[in-house]
Amino acid sequence: MKRSRATSRLRLLIATRKGLFQLHAGPGRRSWRLSGPEFLGHTAHHCVLDPRDRRTLLLAARTGHLGPTVFRSLDFGKTWQEARRPPAFAKAEAAEDKREVDHVFWLTPGHASEPGVWYAGTSPQGIFRSEDGGVTWEGVAGFNDNPMRRKWTGGPEDGTPDGPKMHSLLVDPRDARHLYVGMSSGGVFESRDQGKSWQPLNQGCRADFLPDPFPDYGHDPHCVRLHPLAPDRLYQQNHCGIYRMDRPEGRWVRIGEAMPKNIGDIGFPIVLHPRDPDTLWVFPMDGGTVWPRVSPGGKPAAYVSRSAGRSWQRLDRGLPRAQAWWTVKRQAMCSDTGEPLGIYFGTTSGEIWAGANEGKQFTCIARHLPEVYAVEAAET
Amino acid sequence: MKVYVPSPLSSYTQEATTVDATGGTVAELLEDLDRRYPGIRFRIISEQDQIRRHIRIFVNREQVRSLAVRLRPADEVMIVGALSGG
Repeated sequence: MKRSRATSRLRLLIATRKGLFQLHAGPGRRSWRLSGPEFLGHTAHHCVLDPRDRRTLLLAARTGHLGPTVFRSLDFGKTWQEARRPPAFAKAEAAEDKREVDHVFWLTPGHASEPGVWYAGTSPQGIFRSEDGGVTWEGVAGFNDNPMRRKWTGGPEDGTPDGPKMHSLLVDPRDARHLYVGMSSGGVFESRDQGKSWQPLNQGCRADFLPDPFPDYGHDPHCVRLHPLAPDRLYQQNHCGIYRMDRPEGRWVRIGEAMPKNIGDIGFPIVLHPRDPDTLWVFPMDGGTVWPRVSPGGKPAAYVSRSAGRSWQRLDRGLPRAQAWWTVKRQAMCSDTGEPLGIYFGTTSGEIWAGANEGKQFTCIARHLPEVYAVEAAET
Repeated sequence: MKVYVPSPLSSYTQEATTVDATGGTVAELLEDLDRRYPGIRFRIISEQDQIRRHIRIFVNREQVRSLAVRLRPADEVMIVGALSGG
């Protein structure tokens, strides 16, 4: 998991509201070169490197006029081809079943034992699987056609402002058949048979926007992560706080209660330390009153816990001290695997920040980009 | 027949703004366009066979809303990227 800074190369794949950009790290990751835009004018929701071959990139994109699609690069971004059959729901006869993919929101490479397999999450909530490296996509019928789907997800009006989302598609590194997803709205769900059947996994998690604050489903997880070395541990940044789950108990514990009360525990992203299941980072936002969705008080900061959420430490060295009214979306924060590792995030105001030494010192490494939707570290 | 293609779709037509395609209906015409320019149809038409929200199709300068509209070889078809926000 640990990669030497001396030998590994790092790029940040930056998906924005107006296209794809890349930041190329120089020696020691102390300097950065920006390239792009690629796909200028496309809404780029997520760009991910395949960790199984370290050269295939998939990009989820659409434009204002045209329907959603997926682009693929087999040469680490030198050339791109469009998917031959992008994710699309099955054609339906009944009006209530006529669903259309508005955009592909999330991309996840499949299990290490399944080269070429990818999963995609869409808006509205749908799961799609490719077995040929993203060339063609098929709906995961166990979810998309599940008779409970409408109850689990609610309707279009129940989602986030730019459409309900399927996100956080997670594959258990021990078992290719064991999958998790997060839905806004819908909650966290689990499948142990590669998507044929699904069960809600929301016990202990609040949904204070519903009459029953602890329902079986209908929650709003913003981002869910599974620890690669301890896959029985999950974390989520939810609309209603920060949570940890340790399997097999299967109950969410609100670890955000330990955050400072004047900051709260609302936000979008959550990032795990790849080598330490007890260490994680969040980026709080103002979720009070009318949900401004900006840094609390205009003073942005990441928070780190090195105790699985029992305590938190503020990380704001190098960040603006005041009047910075941006925030970080759910896919827009990540880490590399260096020792010590770097933390990276992109803002709604188009800046990219690098947090050296595990976030102890932040530096702005790009500005004036479009609104940043996703930042992924690609190490080769 | 002659089909006018808007700039958002020009990457499919090797930058051509006017192409030839055939079909007895708008649906058949779009199928033929997709054979010639793979992937173009899904960017215009959803999986439920609906014209996408910000796309307009005109036949002889009259807007059509159904893919079942019949076409004659001399017809002129325009695919237009309509207003779609900022």
